[in-house]
Amino acid sequence: MKSASKFSWMTPVTTGLIGGVVALFLSLVGIVEASLGRYVITGILSMGQVFLLAVYAIFAVQAAQKATPEHGEKAPVYRTLACAAIAGLMISIVLALLVVVGEQIDLRGVFIHATPVLYDLLTFGLGVPQGIFVLLGFGLLMGILFGVLVLLPKALRKSIGVGLIAVPVLSVTYSALFAGRGLQLPVAIAVFVISAVAIFLWDRFEKPIRTRSQALPSGQQRTMRLGVWVLAGLFVLALPLLGSYPSEVLVITGIFVLMGLGLNIVVGYAGLLDLGYVAFFAIGAYVMAIFTSPEITWFPIHTSFWVALPFAVLTAMLAGAILGIPVLNMRGDYLAIVTLGFGEIIRLVALSDWLKPLIGGSNGITQIPKPTTFGLAFDNPQKLYYIVVIGCVIAAFIATRLKYSRLGRNWMAIREDEDVAQAMGIDLVRNKLLAFATGAALSGLAGAIFASKLTSIYPHSFNLLVSINVLAVIIVGGLGSIPGVIIGAVALVGLPELLREFAEYRLLVYGAVLVFMMLRRPEGLLPEARRKLELHEMSPDVAE
Amino acid sequence: MALLEANDIHTFYGAIHALKGITVTVDKGEIVTLIGANGAGKTTILNTISGILHPRQGTITLDGEPIHELPAHSIVTRGVSQSPEGRRVFGRLSVAENLEMGAFTRKDKEGIKRDLEHVYELFPRLKERRKQLAGTLSGGEQQMLAMGRALMASPRLLLLDEPSMGLAPILVDLIFDTIKEINAEGVTVLLVEQNALMALSIAHRAYVLETGSIVLSGTGQELLDDPEVMKAYLGMD
Ligand SMILES: Nc1ncnc2c1ncn2[C@@H]1O[C@H](COP(=O)(O)OP(=O)(O)OP(=O)(O)O)[C@@H](O)[C@H]1O
Ligand SMILES: [Mg+2]
Repeated sequence: MKSASKFSWMTPVTTGLIGGVVALFLSLVGIVEASLGRYVITGILSMGQVFLLAVYAIFAVQAAQKATPEHGEKAPVYRTLACAAIAGLMISIVLALLVVVGEQIDLRGVFIHATPVLYDLLTFGLGVPQGIFVLLGFGLLMGILFGVLVLLPKALRKSIGVGLIAVPVLSVTYSALFAGRGLQLPVAIAVFVISAVAIFLWDRFEKPIRTRSQALPSGQQRTMRLGVWVLAGLFVLALPLLGSYPSEVLVITGIFVLMGLGLNIVVGYAGLLDLGYVAFFAIGAYVMAIFTSPEITWFPIHTSFWVALPFAVLTAMLAGAILGIPVLNMRGDYLAIVTLGFGEIIRLVALSDWLKPLIGGSNGITQIPKPTTFGLAFDNPQKLYYIVVIGCVIAAFIATRLKYSRLGRNWMAIREDEDVAQAMGIDLVRNKLLAFATGAALSGLAGAIFASKLTSIYPHSFNLLVSINVLAVIIVGGLGSIPGVIIGAVALVGLPELLREFAEYRLLVYGAVLVFMMLRRPEGLLPEARRKLELHEMSPDVAE
Repeated sequence: MALLEANDIHTFYGAIHALKGITVTVDKGEIVTLIGANGAGKTTILNTISGILHPRQGTITLDGEPIHELPAHSIVTRGVSQSPEGRRVFGRLSVAENLEMGAFTRKDKEGIKRDLEHVYELFPRLKERRKQLAGTLSGGEQQMLAMGRALMASPRLLLLDEPSMGLAPILVDLIFDTIKEINAEGVTVLLVEQNALMALSIAHRAYVLETGSIVLSGTGQELLDDPEVMKAYLGMD
């Protein structure tokens, strides 16, 4: 714990400078410019401007909060406002410096995105010097506005905050899904008001509703819970109505949910850091391809998706167990390195000339048929989505059951301390192999679906990045947590898929998100109750 | 007949020859203690008995049956359980869950429940804190938990590795009293200790270990009276 610290006027200055650096960074790597064409409010506010506004908001709020030092006395109103204003001003100063320097020296040799378009944006189209003054004034104004926000009563502050976030989120989702050009101004205002009011009402009435519903007889409570589940289920089933492209994104997200649930068993439950997880995804995909593609003439069996599916899963499972054997005695980083190698080996074998006659080498395997059931073809993303959903539901069910089973407990013990677990009577060999095999099976399932979704597969689809992505999904979601996997996949796979123009910044954002998460929320977005406890409330007494 | 007989045990860590022909016997109902300097090989002996390590040479028998080739998890089922050095509790499991893990190999629900109550009687502190995460217990409490967890296996032979390490004198007394109590209830104890004075005073018999070999053995009292032992391990002239 930090001890009570004194307030210093340097704090808002440094906070603002950090914000300035972030804004500068966003501008120079081109994120601001790339998103100029994407409107949040049609014709008025672009996504790039929203990014910069977000920087002002985050750091002004931070500075305002820091006006009251930790464990110190509450800051007077003027100080809170002044801190926020200073931070806002600092951000503007940094950006202004960029413009001033950029006007003199052409920075484009180093920063290709330091263009006149960017400077124009930053100076509100007024150019130097008028624009600079406006920029500085704007920073002050933003600082004060967000300072005021911090001073508002909590309920009001939360409503406004949520409203402000809701507009860009909704707008971007809407535009991405329907190729729109942002929300019209009146619509945006309506979105702001509605979401702010909704949150306000929710906060006010959630408690009483909850207490009242808890007072209901248990039969009615169960009906209610069932009702909620049915609604959630209907919602999930209705999602493909959004159209073909959104369904495509959902299918990809779902495939990562499947893999995440599997890797979560290996890494989250059993604590075995597996970086070669893509291998089983590849194996599932190739088995599916070999069984179903008419291109493969050497293989005696030609069959449908549904017949091939169990073989794909079983082969991946077997491969999981086989990989498990040599690494039984390895821990931590050694395990990670060896599994990483295994993942690469599978990819290189698939790519090799040696197997080219059988599985096509770099040409891959094509003409994999889409699944069909009773003559009904799952030939578009909307239909495929349902197969993915079924897979995810089964996988989530298995993962939940395993977690609270004896096997789950064994894994947890192994994760905590292998030697002691063994000395308690836990069979390390059996339990570790089971973890690898279960995880691999789910990955194989994902791979099989992936193959028939794309109808063709190539070795280069199965590179290390897939393993890293899945790992990032479960870490960001919350290691060991099942809802966390879903949130993680939506955040790290679904969203980037929607925001295509940021594709080249994907890894950058991944890195930033991971660093931020590790610093601020190491337990993940939707953590397991146990882990949250461990990382945040080390104080005694409550572990339920 | 001896409950445990380790005969001419040689254990290696890679090329390091950690145990150089150790012979130790423990009779039913005894408290036997192993004392020796840091690095003498005490923990290695316990780990070799419990199956976490395997001897390259020599035999270990429990009730006459060889166990030195069995994996650790099947040695537990034969009634040997260990409280490891350095309070290695499962930090992210609650106290109660740790104790349940101790009974991992048992099937008798009734017996497990009885033993759980008994552990809570021996260590009332654990009962108060049964829902707390083990990693957040104090050092002394973790030591109690490690012992309690080992007891939950309902062992015939209990291996204790430095149960008094880092504890305040009053807790050390409590731990040693508890060991005597457990022993009086019929559990045979093999105790590794740095606190030689305390260990020798409760032990029936003792072995003195030096760099992988046994250099002295006798009853607890005999070793307490031995001027060499006094000098080397108790710091008295
Ligand atoms: N995993 C290991 N790898 C290599 N050498 C080891 C390993 N564990 C122990 N040793 C060595 O084996 C010898 C005996 O170690 P052991 O842990 O049995 O000592 P100890 O008597 O229990 O000491 P202490 O009283 O300090 O716990 C030491 O020299 C130690 O360095
Ligand atoms: Mg030791």
